[in-house]
Amino acid sequence: MEDADLRLDGNAAAGLLGEIFAVELTSARSTCRGCGATAEVGALTAYTHAPGIVLRCPGCDAVLLRVVRGGGRIWLELAGVRSLELRGPEAA
Amino acid sequence: MAFVSRGFRGRRRDPAESGRVPPGQYTVDDFPVLSAGPTPHTPLEVWSFSIIASSGDVLRRWSWDEFRALPSETVTTDIHCVTKWSKLDTVWEGVPVERLLEDVEQDAGYVLAFCDGGYTTNLPLEDVLDGQAWVAFAYDGEPLEPEHGGPARLLVPHLYFWKSAKWVRGLRLLDEDEPGFWEALGYHLYGDPWREQRYWGD
Amino acid sequence: MAGAAVLGRLTPLAWRLAEAVEIVPETPRASTLVLDVPDWPGHRAGQHVDVRLTAEDGYQAQRSYSIASAPEEAGLALTVERLDDGEVSPYLVGELRPGDRFELRGPIGGYFVWEAGTAGSLHLVGGGSGLVPLMAMLRHRAAAGGGTPTRLLLSARSLQDVLYRDELEQLAAENGDLRVALTLTRERPPGWTGYDRRVDEAMLAEVFGPPAADGLAFVCGPTRFVEAAASGLVALGYDPSRVRTERFGPTGG
Repeated sequence: MEDADLRLDGNAAAGLLGEIFAVELTSARSTCRGCGATAEVGALTAYTHAPGIVLRCPGCDAVLLRVVRGGGRIWLELAGVRSLELRGPEAA
Repeated sequence: MAFVSRGFRGRRRDPAESGRVPPGQYTVDDFPVLSAGPTPHTPLEVWSFSIIASSGDVLRRWSWDEFRALPSETVTTDIHCVTKWSKLDTVWEGVPVERLLEDVEQDAGYVLAFCDGGYTTNLPLEDVLDGQAWVAFAYDGEPLEPEHGGPARLLVPHLYFWKSAKWVRGLRLLDEDEPGFWEALGYHLYGDPWREQRYWGD
Repeated sequence: MAGAAVLGRLTPLAWRLAEAVEIVPETPRASTLVLDVPDWPGHRAGQHVDVRLTAEDGYQAQRSYSIASAPEEAGLALTVERLDDGEVSPYLVGELRPGDRFELRGPIGGYFVWEAGTAGSLHLVGGGSGLVPLMAMLRHRAAAGGGTPTRLLLSARSLQDVLYRDELEQLAAENGDLRVALTLTRERPPGWTGYDRRVDEAMLAEVFGPPAADGLAFVCGPTRFVEAAASGLVALGYDPSRVRTERFGPTGG
């Protein structure tokens, strides 16, 4: 198995994120604290073959978001996200 | 329990061999690859392994050639991943960690393994001594492949396998336990599979 | 590009029981599961569901599958390709019988979705079972009256592995602004005049032409296929933010 095989898109995390967030998060735009690049959460590089889900910046590979589910709990870390933009229906 | 679907059995899971498989685990024949990020490809010419003091001072450093010149040993052991698979009788070759810590003046209680790609994991110092831990460079008689942590990974089989850090580049000595990559996000600080210490509070 | 609205409460993602109504073989390896899901809230083309199977001893396995049916259709349909070393797909394609039930949650996803009425052309690139969510988009497009200039490039191992072959031909024949190109990478029937190699930049350029400012591309299939096709489109000048990808991982096509 090569590196490529383990990479998915952020939308692979949509199910788990849907257990946490009341809004559909994969169409939100995140800004990477590492390099400043913005991308829809669904476009981040997802590593799901792991003890948790890790979403990384497609530009610089910095970790933006991590989720662990186990022991009846969910842990979430967004330290690599400088900001998240969630548009409302009235946004232009 | 969730709805049971008629006729679903899942991957054929070998029945746990009594005594060898910790609670909640099942054995596999393949070697699953788990990763939290892209596979690093550090050239051997720039690779090094370091022992770092809690102050940040580099106490020891080996280049690849120097590391490979150290006496190593073959280890046959069972490994247990927190994602529930266990693999029995895996064969590794590596340098015992106590050899790397030989003559290092320190009284640290803990170490933090650090790796290419930024992964870290924490362990009590005593858990990497006394024949419990190696820096492994070969698996099953072949040089360790990058997807499994090559050129070298930590091997600490008595703990869950997330502690056997892939692409390890050194150990930092710590006075106090500091959670690493997964330990900071819910995974147990110690991680004993026999006490099923998967998550915080287990 | 106007972003999709995010704010606005999600329907809570709860596990529901789906009942298999009909299992329709599509190719030697893949079947469409027509499901009845009580209180299904509806979905958008491109979304997926999570399927969870529990064995009698409590062992569980969970996988995601793209929804094949258009939002306008009555039942919910998934097309699943049976993977030899799979855990869930051999159950869904092989064991599952009409009347059987399993847990399902969805619809999931807001990034890899397309709605009819979106301005601009639609460029679809699918590898193997990566065609499934793209087919939901094509079915939705047809149900909404067609009209969007659409090009589909589909890669499959052989003609018998092409999902929905007849329906694709029919859709393309009915609507002048839908063109389907096919590349068969392992076996070709005698007299084959279509493409016969892996998707590359030259093929993408021929099928899709130069990038339009308002076009939207969706690429789906095995990870390596998607990365090659998506970077090919970007190399041809497509705006990366207008190339949406859904990588299936090492298998799935």
